[in-house]
Amino acid sequence: MNSASVISTDEAPLLAVRGVTKIFPGVRALDGVDFTLRRGEIHALMGENGAGKSTLIKVLTGADRRDGGEILFDGCSIDPRSPAEAQRLGISTVYQEVNLIPFLSVAENIYLGRQPMKFGRIDWKQINLRAAAALKRLDVEMEVTQPLNSYSPAVQQMVAIARALDIRAKVLVLDEPTSSLDANEVGHLFAVLRRLKAEGLGIIFVSHFLDQVYAVSDRFTVLRNGKLIGEHEAAKLPRLELVAKMIGKDLKAVEEMSARRGAEPVRTAHHPFLRVIGLGRRGSMTPFDLTIRAGEVVGLAGLLGSGRTETARLLFGIDRAEAGRMEIDGKLVTLTSPRGAIGRRFGFCPEDRKTQAVIPDLSVRENIVLALQASKGWLRKISTQQQQELAENYIKALGIATSDAEQPIKLLSGGNQQKAILARWLASHPRFLILDEPTRGIDIGAKAEIEKLIARLCSEGMAILFISSELEEVVRDSHRVVVLRDRKKVCELTGDQIDLPSIMQAIAARADE
Amino acid sequence: MSERLSTLMPARLRPLIWPLIALAALLLFNGLFTEGFARITIKDGHVYGSLVDILKLSSRVMLVSLGMTLVIATAGVDLSVGAVVAIAGSVAAKLIVQQQIGLPMALAATSGLCLVLGAWNGTLVGWLGVQPIVATLILMVAGRGIAQLLAGGQIITVESSGFSFIAGGHFLGLPFPVTMVALMLLLTVALTRGTALGLFIEAVGNNETAALFAGVNPRAVKMFAYAFTGLCSGMAGIIEASDIKAADANNAGLYLELDVILAVVIGGTPLNGGRFDLAGSLVGALIIQTLTTTIKMRGVPVEYTLVVKAVVVLVICLAQSPELRKLLLQRRASA
Ligand SMILES: Nc1ncnc2c1ncn2[C@@H]1O[C@H](COP(=O)(O)OP(=O)(O)OP(=O)(O)O)[C@@H](O)[C@H]1O
Ligand SMILES: [Mg+2]
Repeated sequence: MNSASVISTDEAPLLAVRGVTKIFPGVRALDGVDFTLRRGEIHALMGENGAGKSTLIKVLTGADRRDGGEILFDGCSIDPRSPAEAQRLGISTVYQEVNLIPFLSVAENIYLGRQPMKFGRIDWKQINLRAAAALKRLDVEMEVTQPLNSYSPAVQQMVAIARALDIRAKVLVLDEPTSSLDANEVGHLFAVLRRLKAEGLGIIFVSHFLDQVYAVSDRFTVLRNGKLIGEHEAAKLPRLELVAKMIGKDLKAVEEMSARRGAEPVRTAHHPFLRVIGLGRRGSMTPFDLTIRAGEVVGLAGLLGSGRTETARLLFGIDRAEAGRMEIDGKLVTLTSPRGAIGRRFGFCPEDRKTQAVIPDLSVRENIVLALQASKGWLRKISTQQQQELAENYIKALGIATSDAEQPIKLLSGGNQQKAILARWLASHPRFLILDEPTRGIDIGAKAEIEKLIARLCSEGMAILFISSELEEVVRDSHRVVVLRDRKKVCELTGDQIDLPSIMQAIAARADE
Repeated sequence: MSERLSTLMPARLRPLIWPLIALAALLLFNGLFTEGFARITIKDGHVYGSLVDILKLSSRVMLVSLGMTLVIATAGVDLSVGAVVAIAGSVAAKLIVQQQIGLPMALAATSGLCLVLGAWNGTLVGWLGVQPIVATLILMVAGRGIAQLLAGGQIITVESSGFSFIAGGHFLGLPFPVTMVALMLLLTVALTRGTALGLFIEAVGNNETAALFAGVNPRAVKMFAYAFTGLCSGMAGIIEASDIKAADANNAGLYLELDVILAVVIGGTPLNGGRFDLAGSLVGALIIQTLTTTIKMRGVPVEYTLVVKAVVVLVICLAQSPELRKLLLQRRASA
């Protein structure tokens, strides 16, 4: 059953990993893992949060040193000591946490370390032109001289991909490159990947979106708890079987699980909790009206840059509204800071985990209690014992894979960090919770759990604003969907109107129609 | 070895291990090779000796390092502490000598003023968003000038037995400044670990945006750290003036900021903010003073003092670097 269908080829594989082991204090992140990448294939690494996918990629590309095993590249044993060395060997990588330099321009980020020169000087004109061209390949048009951090995480992700694609390589590694992209961008990326594959590149791809994985991959390698579960051809492994292998349950259990999903949430319309009238800010959002009732999930749909995150920032008091007013329980309020919003029992789980949510050196426990503690103020300290209980509860409830609650959060896998941030907001018991891409990087099992949790919380009376670029998720979980386009609210769908085609239509409709 | 040693210690003390080893090594070296270093005598119930001197002499750096630790934990730095020490000396001396308002009032007023000076730094950094180095450089330069102006270009001598007691007196057999350090340590620990303030400081220093979004008020947190450092500097200034029974605006607290920042860094609080370790900073201060005393007692020419100090500090910082340790371990593993 294990490592099924190993296909023999006449030539040596492009990349062969044999018995690689990586040990971190308290966890065997990789335990004798084999992995084979052939020329001209897209190979997906599959597994739950914390299975070891990113670790395998880091070991392959010199970002982490392995503790055992061998890596053969083109038949030769290699031991890259840094990503730069791996890049010189011909392995180009986009890591899960985009690690570009926020204050440099987009073009500089794309050419950092390999700037085209002219007369012994950096040729800026070339850099800017070529950067624009590299992005054009992905159908992204943007001002490449702007600093990277003036763009949203999704755009930054596109920049990271453009950089990796622009490097001449034999192996391209993409660790969750699509986690904050829309269907549109994903389509462009996949077109490029298929072309590169035809040119003979080997591509390693990680994603928790099964649709995407099946759409582009030729083969899967499944990991669980740092161990190899098997290698399979995509065409021969049905979805449910793949999921069963990933989570280590038998097929029956998975079938039951998937049957339970998509259950209608209770739709009880309570009184309006939040009402905004004509709220807006120049350059951010055109004034819009919005009412959110207690016990209701309002989905926010729209393309990249349509104003989803901007809406969240206005509602949470991060950006100050220049126009309009806001009422909570029918009373006029002005929000000028996140603290003020939290004081009114708001919560906001931001889109950009790395720069806006995670406090890397603090423990999982401290990261979880932070918002609750902040709302209580500095004098009313939550006792250490209570903190521990709180953390333990959420670690269990959300299945956060960590050796213990005292581990610094930066050592958790991406998906597990996301769960901890979600726990931070759940622990603060908000009346109104804004979730901006809350399931970003979270595996399918946990996603189902979180969707169930959202449904339960709202049946208990919490109001939720749910932002996701995964439209299926929006359709499944929302009682009402607000569609944004070009920083304007274009329509609101309720009840039976909520389905994929109508949302897509509203998103895509031209302004002149 | 240290890895095994560190697993024997309670988790909370683990980061302290390197500074403690360094201090122990310095003391051991002196105990074995420096004549008279370990000698301790008791006269009139007071303890005397080099070890006691080190405690007393390092008290200023220790006091200020408590505040500086918090400032550095917010990813800031305070260069003005030496200038605030000078101002505190001049103000205290002037109040006692010229105003005759009584010692307690004079000390309270001085401390209060230094708190306000710290709050000025906090305002510039927290509210106006000025870079900490630039913001505190202003007070570093202007502050010494103010101290000199206050003293009228003179050294104000203070004849007051009460005032002299602060640096020269004894409590429980030890120099009184040791008691002050102990009390301030207790206060700082109570303020930061007894409440949620420590968590907020670390959150702000480690990722300010994330802390802000989680509902922490970074401005208030920074204001507290800088104001508290002002208070600590004020107390250090009072000790220094009491020690020489005079306010010397030119030399009081000169270069103190460097020793204090070093003490904090040696103590294991990283300069880029986040996790902080108050006890570590005190150990750091002791290391610096032990080093200075050693150099003096061993008759090393004064010109070499700074070089020796720099070398030892470099070694300690390297020993703390996880990168270097990893490198060395790998070497050993592959050898
Ligand atoms: N530097 C580290 N120190 C300690 N543990 C680590 C470190 N890096 C990763 N781990 C642990 O190794 C395991 C595998 O992590 P990895 O990031 O490879 O997971 P992943 O499969 O990429 O998950 P995700 O889907 O969430 O991205 C996790 O349990 C994680 O906590
Ligand atoms: Mg990962």
